Parts: sequence; C-alpha cells; structure tokens
Amino acid sequence: MAKHDTPMLDELEKGPWPSFVSDIKRQAEKNPDCWDILGQLELSYRDKITHWKHGGIVGVFGYGGGIVGRYSDVPKQFPGVEHFHTVRVNQPASKYYSTENLRALMDLWEKHGSGMTNMHGSTGDIVLLGCRTEALEPFFWDLTHELGQDLGGSGSNLRTPANCLGQSRCEWSCFDTEEACHHLTMHYQDEIHRPAFPYKFKFKFSGCPNDCVAALARSDFAVIGNWKDDIRIDQAAVKEYVAGNIPSNGGAHSGRDWGAFDIKKEVLDLCPTECMWMEGDELKIDNSECTRCMHCINVMPRALRPGKVQGASINIGAKAPILDGAQFATLIIPFIEVTAENEFENVIEVIENIWDWWMEVGKNRERVGETMQRVGLPTFIKVMGLDPIPQHVREPRSNPYVFWQEEEVPGGFDRDVEEFRKRHAA
Amino acid sequence: MGYDPENPMADRITDVGPPHYSKFHPPVIAKNKGKWLWHEITQPGVLVHKAESGDECWTVRVGAARLISIELIREMCDVADAHCDGYLRFTTRNNVEFMVDSKDKVQPLLDDLASRGNKFPVGGTGAGVTNIVHTQGWVHCHTPATDASGVVKAVMDELFDYFVTMSLPAQVRIALACCLNMCGAVHASDIAILGVHRKPPMIDHSRITGVCELPLAISACPLGAVKPAKAEVNGEEIKTVKVNNDRCMFCGNCYTMCPAMPLADPDGDGIAILVGGKVSNSRSAPKFSKLVIPFLPNTPPRWPETVEAVKNILEVYAGDAKKYERIGEWAERIGWEKFFEKCNIPFTIKSVDDYRLAYDTWRTTTQFKYTSHIK
Repeated sequence: MAKHDTPMLDELEKGPWPSFVSDIKRQAEKNPDCWDILGQLELSYRDKITHWKHGGIVGVFGYGGGIVGRYSDVPKQFPGVEHFHTVRVNQPASKYYSTENLRALMDLWEKHGSGMTNMHGSTGDIVLLGCRTEALEPFFWDLTHELGQDLGGSGSNLRTPANCLGQSRCEWSCFDTEEACHHLTMHYQDEIHRPAFPYKFKFKFSGCPNDCVAALARSDFAVIGNWKDDIRIDQAAVKEYVAGNIPSNGGAHSGRDWGAFDIKKEVLDLCPTECMWMEGDELKIDNSECTRCMHCINVMPRALRPGKVQGASINIGAKAPILDGAQFATLIIPFIEVTAENEFENVIEVIENIWDWWMEVGKNRERVGETMQRVGLPTFIKVMGLDPIPQHVREPRSNPYVFWQEEEVPGGFDRDVEEFRKRHAA
Repeated sequence: MGYDPENPMADRITDVGPPHYSKFHPPVIAKNKGKWLWHEITQPGVLVHKAESGDECWTVRVGAARLISIELIREMCDVADAHCDGYLRFTTRNNVEFMVDSKDKVQPLLDDLASRGNKFPVGGTGAGVTNIVHTQGWVHCHTPATDASGVVKAVMDELFDYFVTMSLPAQVRIALACCLNMCGAVHASDIAILGVHRKPPMIDHSRITGVCELPLAISACPLGAVKPAKAEVNGEEIKTVKVNNDRCMFCGNCYTMCPAMPLADPDGDGIAILVGGKVSNSRSAPKFSKLVIPFLPNTPPRWPETVEAVKNILEVYAGDAKKYERIGEWAERIGWEKFFEKCNIPFTIKSVDDYRLAYDTWRTTTQFKYTSHIK
C-alpha cells in the first residue's frame, strides 16, 4: 500500500519507456522504506528543489572512498530515507555478469539496503543507493567475505577504472581492454581505496578510436586502441558492398531508404585524409596518409579491419567543465604496445611518471589536465621525458613568446651593462 | 558469523578488487574472444557477431532506466537463466544485453521480453537514439539544479520511436547532468540536457563557522567572487564570506566546498540545452557540446519545454543532415547561424562565450551566411 500520495510521480508511470516510478513502487512492496523515496521525490517535484542535505562523511574502516554519505533534510516526514548513503561496488571489467553473482549481490543489498540501484554509475561502478550508516560495515563484511568483492573509488583517489567490452565481443579492439582494466584495477587497489591525490584520477580503456567508453572525453588517463600497419582489406567483400549485397555500416541505417550504397559518396569522399580511391573494382588505401579515424571500417566491417600491429594511443587530461572549462585528453604517446605479457609494465611506467609529478605540483582539487594547462604542455612533455613531436599539437603556436633556457643561448643571460654602455651611449 | 561491531578489525578482508571478468563470460564469448570477424545489426536492438570459428553471438539490447530495483534485476536474471545460460551484461549507457549463441534462440528471447509489459524495450542500436546517460537529480543528489530520472523518462517517452528504429542520419547520443559538476560528463554529447542555477549562493552565517574552511570556500570560486567578510551572529562578530553577485557564474563550486552557501532555488534553477558534441574519432575529431538554449524552466513532472526543445532539434537534424553526419558535423557544415535558423531557436548573447578560452569560439573570418539574424 502506498504510504504517500504521489500524483506528479504517478504521471511518470505512463508512456512507453520503462518507468523508474513503477519500479520503485515494486520495490516498496518488498521494502517499505522505498515509499519514502517516492514521498521525498514527490516533495521535490512540488518544491522544485532537492531535499538532500549537503554531503556527510561516512565510510568503512581503513578506506577513504567507496561510500558517499547522504541524509534527508526532511527525515521526520520520510524516516525511511533519513540516512540514504550510496555504496559504490567495483564492477567486473566489461560489465558481464553471471546471474548467480548478480543474484547474490542483490540478496546482499536486500539484506542491508533499500533495494534500489544504478546499473551503473557514470564512472562504471555498481551503485547501490540508500542504506543506513550502521549497515555499512555489515554490508562490507558480507561483500568481501561472502562474495569476494570490493568497493570502488570516490574522493581524491584513483576512481574505479572502466573499459569498453573490447576483444570479448568486438572485432575492432586493438588490445585486451578488459584484461588491462582488471590488471590495473588490482595493481592499484591502494590508490583506489585510500585518497592520496590532489583530486580524482580516472583510467578508461577503449579498444579502438570509436572510443565507446568515452575515454578521450572523460578520463585523466585514456588508453585508446590503435594500430600501426595497413588496414586489412578483403577485396571480395568490397565488391559485395558495392553490389549492395551487404548492408552498409553494419546495418545501422536500415530504418530509412538512403538509396543504393555509393562507395565514393559514403566512404571515399568522407575519408578525412582523402587517402582512399578505387582502381577498377579494387579499393586502394594510402595507409601512410591514414589517421585511422575508423569511418571506412565502420561503414564496411566485413571488408575492412584494423591492421595487425596493434596497441594503443595514450591521451592525458580530460575532464568535464568544472572549473576552467571542459578538456579533451591530449595525445601524449601516439603508440604503445599494451599487453598482459609484460604485465602492462610500460603503461604502468607512464602512469607513475604522471602521478609522481602531479602529486608534487598539483594543487588541491586540480585535475591533471588543469595542472597541464597551468604549467603548459612543453613542461609536461619534459616531465614525461618525451621528445616533442608534431603529433602533440594540432598546430604550432602562433605567438613567439618562447621560454628560452639560459643554456640554449650563447654566452648565457649574465651580461655587463657597463661594457654595453661603453659601446652604446644612453 | 558476520560482522562483529565489538571487534571491527577481526578477520577483515580488504583490497580484493572486483571478480575476474572471465568468470562471467558467456561460453560463446569465452571461446571466441579476440577472434571476432565482423558484426551486423539485423534489426533494431539485435546484433550478430561472427567469429573466425564460424560461431555467432546474437545480442539483444534492451533499454532500462538507470535507477532500477533489485526486483527488476532479478527479473533480468530470470530472462538470462531461461535463454542465455545464466549470463548477461550491461552497456556503458545503462542498456542490458542478453546474448545467445544461435539465431534460432533470438525470437523466443524477444517473445519473452515482449511478454513482460514495457519493462524491456528492444532497441538502442545504429542510427537511432540510444539510452540517455544521466546523473542522480533530486532522487539522490545534494547539488542538483533539476531532476534526472524524471526528465529522462519524459524525453525517452517522446523519443521512443527513435529508440526502436534506425532512421536517423547517424547515432544520436543524449546525456543529462543535473548540475554544472557534470557527473554525467555531458560535455561531448549530440544533445546535452544540463541543470543550471541562476541565483548566487546565500550565506548561512549562523552555520558557516562550524561547517566551512573559509579559505577553501574563497579559493573554490574561479572568478574571485567569494571574499572574506565579517558578520554578527547572536551578538558576536564571526569570520565569514561575502559574494560579489556581479561576478558569480552560478557554477556552485563554492557550495560543493562549503555547505553554508546553498544556491539551489525553485525559480532560479532549470535546464540548458547544449548540442553538437561527439566522443568518437570517426571522420572528425571529438567535439564539445555547445550552448544553444541557455534556460528552460523546471516543470515537473514532465518538463514539456525541455522535451519539445530536444525533439525539435532532433527532428530538424533528421530531416536535414546527410547520411553519417552527427549533429555537430551537420551544424558545422551548414554553419551555426543556419542551425539556429533552421531549428527556430532564438540566438541570444548567452551563447557568446565570455569565459576562459572564449576567443577560440569567436569568428575571425569574413565567411558567413546571410540568415535572418542579419537585419
């Protein structure tokens, strides 16, 4: 039986899209506290403002993250959500589950929490929404002892790393994203659980430049699959596409009649580097001009595949706009091998180079991309011990204000103004 | 057994991390990992991946709210147990994927899903609108300027046909963040729905001493609008802060650092619409979303102004863009002046950047188009 009238929320039970309101009501039949979620949300809909207090520091012993405190500002009206803390549980890489594991996790959350979740939070964690402070330690005990699972990150630490599903079900992935993600998650458990950084730091692993996990837009450390050699071409399949026997773009456009497939218009002319052409019915690619944008491969997945010499690009420093404006991650290492054979030691070396420097010079609540902005890309390239290359910039600078170093200039910076005046009257 | 509050550190287990992913791969995935040849979307929401071995993995993608109950997740498990050997996965956009290893298992799975009311809409593939990624909103966050789940539900109800079909020029990624912190990172989305504040913070002098470190509150402001000040509380002079309202850009960063500076407000808060961002490197480089509608009011429960604005932009784009063109690529090709004209969105001074790095967006050429904006 509903505990509160929720006429506005009830409107959101209509319509074809799945209704979170119906779903919370369903859960409330099992756990009556959920009626108070709806009651407080209805009040917010009436008042047009949130009814959650600011923050609240709660956690489990020994960890500095993984739990986000949340308290109602109207607890007398809605005692079921007086405490409504978030628990972040580190998701398995690629977000595959056995139903056995998922059911066990749901049973735990039924025992300790509200029964509401997010599958998943924006960073990738399993987000369990709403439990009381006194439930946190018992939940954590059961999570680690019964399920062998652990919390994710929150606060100024390494946030829970995330990956696209990669080679597990995608033909384009240029490295094993789920192994890289899992390995580094395990390698950096301390950094995930105990905040020691100036601010948050995110790893994301995408298998190809399509970047399905938005690494370039969202992560401080983006590993994005790439390749070095030639795009693999199956000329017989090219002919099938040209003949219209295979749908373009993997069938993604089949809902509208766009006319017959036109390889010139849809592939050659949309190539950003114009490095493709037809010779008779053979497709040719000048791979030395290719920037591996993926368009042609996306459009003809049965005819074209990434090359065989595979690895990744590393881009550093993405973030949302707060505070100085949004940043995409900057290309720092154009190509690096990413393999479990060396336990990702070359990637780890890059990570720790960044951290050693950023933990020293980064200001409180400064993302590494902001530190890069503040000190400048030239300084960052030097910190990383890299040779500057044109690939680091979109274009060369257009102002002449170079910070010349003293040792670069013959005779250094020390000069004698009296000697100067003997030759140049004031 | 279980947790002993008298002895909290006994037998404690920490830092075990997530379970290894390989325990959760369906058999066809485990067998063919790294050996996939190609894929095809055979109908909206249904994908086939073909492996070198000749094996096929058929995936049925289903939309879900992000806010879901354990009862619903158990129902998803029932479906996976009945059809998918007890495995399923979630996508980065809160969709659920059910996988089977042969084509003849697809229709029974689709029939089962369809029999469960509107809980499991099949779609979200190819040149359509897939699930909206979003944040918590009023249901769980302390800084939001709007709700999240409710706005998303209202928008997806209206755009539902685009979820279950693939008739657009390209995929359209919509995202919602309920305040400028952008936990949802909507800054690179085709259409971004963003909660915004419009009133400066209030100062709760009676609480600030206990809950704030004043230097952190002061340095939290990117524009130096928060300054040290003194105030009288119960006859005693206390150290506090004041806000130069003229310099406030309503980012809310001060409130994040100082609970005594609340800025949310029923009339001040609402929604801005940004468009034209993309994440993929395909054809053009990744792009940021651009502010085209600075403010729409919060109108629960169905936010009709926001729903209409999103639908309008989507449908003008759908009728005008070329095959493969993302919204941002289309807007750049036709020119942003044409974007505003075609979408019938008034251009206001608020779309002209006056924050940092603003100059990058100013037009420094004589190339332009004559639109109705030029009188």
